[in-house]
Amino acid sequence: MYQYDKYDQGMVDARVEEFRDQVRRRIAGDINDDQFKPLRLKNGLYLQLHAYMLRVAIPYGTFNSQQMRKLADIARKYDRGYGHFTTRQNIQYNWIKLEEAPDILAELASVEMHAIQTSGESIRNISADQYAGAAADEICDARPWAELIRQATTFHPEFSYLPRKFKIAVISAQEDRAALRWHDCALRIVHNDKGEEGFEVYAGGGMGRTPFIAYKIRDFLPATQIFSYLQAILRVWNLHARRDNIHKQRMKILVHELGEEEFRRQVEEEFQTFLALGTDFPHAEYDRIAAYFTPPPFETGLAEEIDRSDPDFALWVDRQVVAHKAPGYAIANISLKPAGGIPGDISAEQMDIVADLAERFSFDEIRATHAQNLVLPHVRKADLYALWQALDAAGLASVNLDLVTDIIACPGLDYCSLANARSIPVAQKIAERFADMDRQLDIGELKIKISGCINACGHHHAGQIGILGVDRKGTENYQLLLGGSGAEDTSQAKITGPGFDEAGVVDAVERAVERYRALREPGERFLDTYRRVGLEPFKEAIYG
Amino acid sequence: MRILTGNDLKSGAVIWWTGRDWSIHIEDAVDVGDHGEAILTAEDGARRVNGGYIVDAEASPEGPRPAHIKDRIRALGPTVRADLTLKPADPTAGDWVI
Repeated sequence: MYQYDKYDQGMVDARVEEFRDQVRRRIAGDINDDQFKPLRLKNGLYLQLHAYMLRVAIPYGTFNSQQMRKLADIARKYDRGYGHFTTRQNIQYNWIKLEEAPDILAELASVEMHAIQTSGESIRNISADQYAGAAADEICDARPWAELIRQATTFHPEFSYLPRKFKIAVISAQEDRAALRWHDCALRIVHNDKGEEGFEVYAGGGMGRTPFIAYKIRDFLPATQIFSYLQAILRVWNLHARRDNIHKQRMKILVHELGEEEFRRQVEEEFQTFLALGTDFPHAEYDRIAAYFTPPPFETGLAEEIDRSDPDFALWVDRQVVAHKAPGYAIANISLKPAGGIPGDISAEQMDIVADLAERFSFDEIRATHAQNLVLPHVRKADLYALWQALDAAGLASVNLDLVTDIIACPGLDYCSLANARSIPVAQKIAERFADMDRQLDIGELKIKISGCINACGHHHAGQIGILGVDRKGTENYQLLLGGSGAEDTSQAKITGPGFDEAGVVDAVERAVERYRALREPGERFLDTYRRVGLEPFKEAIYG
Repeated sequence: MRILTGNDLKSGAVIWWTGRDWSIHIEDAVDVGDHGEAILTAEDGARRVNGGYIVDAEASPEGPRPAHIKDRIRALGPTVRADLTLKPADPTAGDWVI
């Protein structure tokens, strides 16, 4: 993985001291809250329901044992013993004190981490396929490109005061595990007929109050021209964004107001300008960064067989383990969705255990997923049983990847000052309702995503079943949506009808699931059946 | 009744106006009547509160109960982690929120 050079370290250290001074001035009263707020947000520090919340960046979801142990230390020393993995592959702490925030940032900087651009009107943490560098179905490791873009855009003056936040994702496989087309700008690495590397480019996606699925605006962009093209996209948005209306400032609004063709035309025009300026990187710069992502020294001649004599282990392997590109290795998914637990939450002790296991079994690598789980990307198949035993002892061996209890949920009204309704209790009650393993497996893939407000941090628009919490005359109410997808078959979920109270929405989910089981044809997922039969049969079941 | 809340500048903790000072316990909150804005302006200027605002609440023998669930969650703590609330030993404390 990427390692800071003296310039990276110098910039991050300087930023810590700059923020330390800003905090000192705020506490001393030299600056007021209106002046301080944008400064703290540029360093990932929010003021939430109960305290300050710090969101720490995990670039493209990749980190190592040392960093995980530091995250555990911070949870113990400065927070309340746990952290929460987010849908942007980051981690956040809910109980931070302002006066301690600079010390936390200094501790993060000591392990090459920071909280820069995890908030505010900037290019946010660039997300990627959590299996990048390990996936059997990828054409290359997407992370060097994500890192190159991260370096090129962080602190770039033109991107420091954007109209709104801007989210980028990069993948290199046909299977989309990063919700690609729900991003402002999405890149899929492809090879053209000549075998040259480049990008399919998508633009104008996003969730929130006005959801849009990104258009493909380029079939093939030569890889080395990516920075010119990105600058062109951002330039067009920067020029025309609706800065007069906060609800219309995201690039998705501009793209869809201009229309696909006109937006593409303007981007291509700006692109020619940037190409002429020669601001793209020499390939040597890509090579320099890619060298940090050299595959680990995989052993050869390893056995492919897995001893499945322990039925609980076999169940875990079947659900949580996926194919690796190297013979004899596997990718192990660690669920952060135990029965009755809080999606994405992990205790400091569990963080330490995952760090130990990554060191022991996965070449020191850990990944965070946008579905709020973790991954050990490079595990010898022969080590899977020992890994599973250790995870099981730590309460980290739940079996539910992509099943009905693998629910994405934002922090909701239990923590978030923007939320209108609680998300976590709904997720917990659905998980309890479907706790039976045989029933879960029979239902098969079913991605439920819950947001506590229209900002959609819980990705409800992309849920095969989505739930949106709203405030109805001071009480929590939940709208039910069906038919969304964040995968390669991207689609936007549709609202089924009137909303429910908390207990009612859990019942409604169950009725929708049972209608699917009654209607499905062999091999159909929930989403397949929904797409075949449409909304009406589900509405009948839900509303009677 | 109308009570005042906000967050402590340094710690971020939820605090309630007691008439003379700020407390983390909503039971200590007092009715400010029509004086809320003036108090908040003074307290914000003195950096004793951050993001202060007025909350409509109902008086009860146990103390003020905010009209909106968001403020009741702020007053007690997250409903999904009883151990992190201000009343971790009281298993029924969450009933007050809902």
